[in-house]
Amino acid sequence: MSDSLDQIFIRIKQLLLVPLAGAPDWVTQIASALINIFALLGVFLTLFALISVLERKILGRMQNRYGPNRVGPFGLFQPVADGIKMLIKEDIVPARADKIVHFLAPILIAATAILALGIIPYGRNMTPFAIDGGILFFFAVGSTTELAVFMAGWGSNNKFSMLGAMRAIAQMISYELPLIITVLPIVMVVGSLAPDTIVATQDGYAFGFVPRWFVFTPWGAAAFILFFISGLVESNRTPFDVPEGESEIVAGHMTEYSGFKYATFFMAEYIGMFAISGLAVTLFLGGWHAPIRGFEFIPSYVWFFTKLGALLFVYIWVRGTLPRTRIDQIMNFAWKFMLPMAFTCIIAAAVWHYAGRGVAGWLWSFAVIAVVYFTLSILLDARRKFAPRRYRFAE
Amino acid sequence: MNSAAFVIIAILTLAAALAAASLPKLIHAALSFAVAFIGVAAFYFLLGAEFVGLVQVFVYVGAVAVLIVFTILLTRRDVQGTGKPNWGGAIITIAVFGGLLWAILKTPSLSVAAPQIEALTVKRIGGVLMTDYVWPLQCVGLLLTAALIGALILVMENRDEG
Repeated sequence: MSDSLDQIFIRIKQLLLVPLAGAPDWVTQIASALINIFALLGVFLTLFALISVLERKILGRMQNRYGPNRVGPFGLFQPVADGIKMLIKEDIVPARADKIVHFLAPILIAATAILALGIIPYGRNMTPFAIDGGILFFFAVGSTTELAVFMAGWGSNNKFSMLGAMRAIAQMISYELPLIITVLPIVMVVGSLAPDTIVATQDGYAFGFVPRWFVFTPWGAAAFILFFISGLVESNRTPFDVPEGESEIVAGHMTEYSGFKYATFFMAEYIGMFAISGLAVTLFLGGWHAPIRGFEFIPSYVWFFTKLGALLFVYIWVRGTLPRTRIDQIMNFAWKFMLPMAFTCIIAAAVWHYAGRGVAGWLWSFAVIAVVYFTLSILLDARRKFAPRRYRFAE
Repeated sequence: MNSAAFVIIAILTLAAALAAASLPKLIHAALSFAVAFIGVAAFYFLLGAEFVGLVQVFVYVGAVAVLIVFTILLTRRDVQGTGKPNWGGAIITIAVFGGLLWAILKTPSLSVAAPQIEALTVKRIGGVLMTDYVWPLQCVGLLLTAALIGALILVMENRDEG
């Protein structure tokens, strides 16, 4: 019974493919891929709508006010109102803007974000496109986002857009390195780039009740924190939303976009968030596995989306809590702290593996990470830089 | 099915490369260049070399194309082409094309079918890189480190002057 509930979507898809039983092979393949794509788009566009209203409500509650609560029960139909507003707005394109580049930029950004969603395992046997080098595909597609951001900034023929685009690209390129290097220990330990294999390796429980997720190892926990922070930066979320902070640079590379194109940028940012959170769940939090022994009867996709929801809640929580950092603080943090810590995670993973993967390995790798962390904080003089400010007044 | 995909990808790549060579605005040319890189990556996928195709997108589109547009951006010279046809360039292009065509048609190995090899996984590539080709790997690493240090020195020199 629990197995059929788990695989219910696979059964539905097989039912839908039954009329094509006699067709040649490539027709079935294309039909199967199309069903996967439509299901993916349906789920994630609905999730985007839901998260856009939930974010405003959660932020509102954190700021001691109600969020939107007029449209529908508890304001949950707000995305419908937002969508209608965006659709009927006039589409203003600057007269001297580069028409083709200006038009293609939001399309390219949204396309790369949605492409990245395709390789994440959402449940048992529920990966839309199971590629052998899935993780590499994710990062290759993510690195194309920078080109799209540049197109948006350049195509608008606006100095603020250009500055915003340059800052956004500088930030994204700097944090791509920690993002990718923190994934390396996982690939090292598992021995494969396929997300399905990585999720399958996190099966089972150590000591009978602790799940074998990589986040419960010291290098995995450090790598998860670094990956999460890099994900925050890659999706331009507060506290790293310098490219799109309203008080800084109007809307950065999105300044000259109105109506539906702005909604596309908005959607691309959220779907990028979903993709990075989905990958974090796959790599570190055990994918669709249940955390507690005995609860495996709950379907695998329910566990996946629960963990995804928890990570998204932390994203929103961080947005409501932390102030914006300066662009030079962001760069310093990336190159001077996150990159060395990312390399340390690789070394700690190797130490964990070669000291036997048990308690001794855990303690040794924890020691490696702790030593490097404290050395770095002494070297970077963190205590002095974060001391209370001294003000100098004109005499 | 395979040859249909080959023809479509070939047309896309050649059109993008032609656009990159002949579009008047420099930014358009740089972006068509990126499309040509994606076409080459599609060829790699068609040949079954998934890893090389993904690395092609990663390195060429994600790094080289971004580098090119950044150069255009930072030097702020959106040079427009003159619009006159470049006869010298056309002659050299035809000569190079003829030479390559002659060399390709002369090689005898075209008539032999490729031997059946097992599927190329990333694991095999890694294994071969670490055992048979470890010296080239280390040399490439050394080269990249030297390039990185050189770039840093160039930037530091500028900062001392300014």
